Amino acid sequence: MRFVDEYRDAETARALAARISALCEPGRRYTFMEVCGGHTHTIYQHGIEDYLPEQITLVHGPGCPVCVIPMGRVDDAIHLARQPDVLMTSFGDMMRVPGGDGSFFDSNAEGTDIRMVYSPLDALNLARANPDRQVVFMAIGFETTAPSTAMTLLRAAAEDLRNFSVFCNHVTIVPAIKAILDSPDLRLDGFLGPGHVSTVIGCRPYEFIAREYGKPVVVAGFEPLDILESIHRLMLQLREGRAEVENQYARVVPWDGNPVALRAIGETMRLRPHFEWRGLGFISHSALRLREEYARFDAEERFEVPGVRVADPKACQCGEVLKGVLKPWECKVFGTACTPETPIGTCMVSPEGACAAYYNFGRFTRTRVREAVAGR
Amino acid sequence: MCLAIPGEVVEVGVGRPELARVEVSGVRRTVNVGLLAVPPAPGDWVLIHVGFALSVVDEAEARATLALLEELGQAYEDELAALAGSRID
Repeated sequence: MRFVDEYRDAETARALAARISALCEPGRRYTFMEVCGGHTHTIYQHGIEDYLPEQITLVHGPGCPVCVIPMGRVDDAIHLARQPDVLMTSFGDMMRVPGGDGSFFDSNAEGTDIRMVYSPLDALNLARANPDRQVVFMAIGFETTAPSTAMTLLRAAAEDLRNFSVFCNHVTIVPAIKAILDSPDLRLDGFLGPGHVSTVIGCRPYEFIAREYGKPVVVAGFEPLDILESIHRLMLQLREGRAEVENQYARVVPWDGNPVALRAIGETMRLRPHFEWRGLGFISHSALRLREEYARFDAEERFEVPGVRVADPKACQCGEVLKGVLKPWECKVFGTACTPETPIGTCMVSPEGACAAYYNFGRFTRTRVREAVAGR
Repeated sequence: MCLAIPGEVVEVGVGRPELARVEVSGVRRTVNVGLLAVPPAPGDWVLIHVGFALSVVDEAEARATLALLEELGQAYEDELAALAGSRID
């Protein structure tokens, strides 16, 4: 287990925590946003907040692809699934997301054929195997996932498949971060930059955060020590009056990202003028759709898409959670009406959602880690 | 779907040049390595996301990631089951 211990060693964690504490200026509070749902998961599962001084607060960002899909897009997908001969596909995480009129599972109970796939390539296989059906892949995800959809489209074009299309809901992380920075609701001191997204887009797209907003950004790995080290780097920058983009996860994230993946996205997709995000509203140039050259694979061109807009249920405060304004447990329905078994909001559906992560781990770790540390 | 799972490349060029056989938690699967700027070699570790290798990582990183995933429990098992049910060719 040597490999794991390098990233987990409790002594190292405590030493880092002490250095973070030493950097805190008296009377000052620090609020950092971890953009990525994977980081949220690590933070709750390992009780990272228990290692941090009270002055430091971590808030959870919009980096959960299932969570940011507005209910109207679920309804649009169900509308597509109801068209003659359509076989709709999407990732498993989407199946339980409630739309304005129920989830994909509910819709299937009423006769649609919406299937979960692991990869867009599985959807392509379904199209090959079912020439008499129109196979639609509901694509969701940030820049981590968009290259896979792009490669699948390139493959579909090479094979000239006539019964495959993509209902594209890919979103881009940087405009969402900018929307949060421009929002008056929240004052942030810095960001933990997303890990997997950055393997694709690299670190340069975050430079405006440092340059124009004067906030430090540290692209972070997913291990507990990665998170602590990244917070330490943020604190060092603040103490020294710097605002820069640093790459703590350089063992996986290249500074310039993945050129092959970026080329595949650029070849098949273009920016939408605007796109609605759950909780954040409409954000300019924040999502992708297919280029005109790929219009024959664009479900929004091939079928009528009603463009349904549905307000979130009144009780649901996912929007505030996604913006980092509310902690999951501060939502009125958290853990009572809204649980992973019967989710009301998207943040409780996806394992990367802040609410699901906190529901599954957070309630236990805070005290458990405190006791464990005290007991040593 | 947001998980990136480490796997060890066993064989490259399976049918098509961009496909590789990768061992993930003891099971061999075909994945697409067409997003990697440099094709991987047998023995390399890759992070796999929705059927595509996203990046090459060293063994230490791969094992640490596996340990983290195993602690997820159900979410990781669901992802492995989905990968097992997937046919990439």
